[in-house]
Amino acid sequence: MLRPRLIPCLLLRDGRLVKTVRFRDPSYVGDPTNTIRIFDEMEVDELLFLDIGAGHEGRTIDWKLLEGIATECFMPFGYGGGVRTIEDMGRLYTLGAEKVVLNTAAYDNPALVSRAAERFGSQSVVVSIDVKTDVGRPYVYVDGGRRRTAADPLDFAKRMAEAGAGELLITSIDRDGTFRGYDLALVERVASAVSIPVICCGGADTLEGARAGIRAGASGAAVGSMVVYQGKNRAVLINYPAPKELRDAFGAGSR
Amino acid sequence: MIPVAIVDYGIGNVSSIRNMFQRLGVLAEISSDPKTLASAERLILPGVGAFDTGVNNIRQRDLGGVIRAHALERKRPLLGICLGMQLLFESSEEGQEPGLGLLQGSVKRFPAEPGLRVPHMGWNEIALAGPATLFRARKDDAFGELSRPLSYYFVHSYYVAPTDPTDTAATATHGVTFTAAVERGNIFGAQFHPEKSHKYGMLCLKNFSETVPC
Repeated sequence: MLRPRLIPCLLLRDGRLVKTVRFRDPSYVGDPTNTIRIFDEMEVDELLFLDIGAGHEGRTIDWKLLEGIATECFMPFGYGGGVRTIEDMGRLYTLGAEKVVLNTAAYDNPALVSRAAERFGSQSVVVSIDVKTDVGRPYVYVDGGRRRTAADPLDFAKRMAEAGAGELLITSIDRDGTFRGYDLALVERVASAVSIPVICCGGADTLEGARAGIRAGASGAAVGSMVVYQGKNRAVLINYPAPKELRDAFGAGSR
Repeated sequence: MIPVAIVDYGIGNVSSIRNMFQRLGVLAEISSDPKTLASAERLILPGVGAFDTGVNNIRQRDLGGVIRAHALERKRPLLGICLGMQLLFESSEEGQEPGLGLLQGSVKRFPAEPGLRVPHMGWNEIALAGPATLFRARKDDAFGELSRPLSYYFVHSYYVAPTDPTDTAATATHGVTFTAAVERGNIFGAQFHPEKSHKYGMLCLKNFSETVPC
């Protein structure tokens, strides 16, 4: 049986690892390469790197950094941030990424999702959907949470699945870095509306909290603060559940 | 002789495999040159993508002969990974082209069943069968502490069905129980990605780097 995945979601900015709260106030967490070595040692299921600086203020994909990451990463990894073209995507797969994450580019240019799925296979194309509630209504945000769109998360999720996305990363901006738990209602609505795997993100506090995301229908639970901080005082400590803990929490029959 | 050569036939990412050998301290060269490949002690046939594309790419680069001679005449170790393992067989439901036919059997698609997500993607446990040379760990080395059953990272929609059941070295279950690894003499195959399965995969590549002609 496939086990649901617990996926550290690591934010990059200017070549460093950072962690945000509600997509703001990035604070320094550590050096990406060292952190990957630690996660490799901890037998992490999969890693997700999102460069929150790339694509803004004229910055592009940091290829040199990614080459370093790929050399150390003996586990599946996805990359997102500043990816705009099929060529970018091809280069990322050649480098060793299993998955490429599209966010703003998927919204502005849905045809890119379809073309990428045809060229590289759906399983390697992840669409990331950032959701924030404004006056009681959820909206899809792009440009790293800076630009509100008119799109409804559920409609957009369905459109992206139809376009050929192989996986959806659903992030609640409101919950990011807050330790308040996932937006389970959102996860449930999206997961039941599409047949592709959904990864929930934003707000995870404990392994139990991650499990709640899986119970709500997610195939994987992305975790940020939970695996880079120790406790709610946010002392930096890279951590990840032991294989047995994960098996007990996520293994067959645990749901 | 080059300890390990990785066959580059323009399909899928090969640098991750070399990176893992590098970590193990084993020299692995990526090459599409028949002469270089013929001088390797061990060959790796990687691959991601469609069966016919794989067959055609091998044909265009004229690499079928060198792979066959390596495995059948010189009896040197060969390891197929993912599509690379499927190509060792005779045929596939995914395409029309014949495979390399180094192992008897065919490649089948996962059945369409409600609730069964295809591709089979993620970490799955395997059950070992037969000698399972690639999975041997000694209590006293770095791999003795790996938690059992061993788990590996899979991404595939098709699986191999060997004619001779004793060719199966490991099985996994996803709707059906399927062959996750094969071993027949000097010919090995893994449906999963050892290069993306940290220590578990390193164990396989380390064991492969210690195999000898038979």
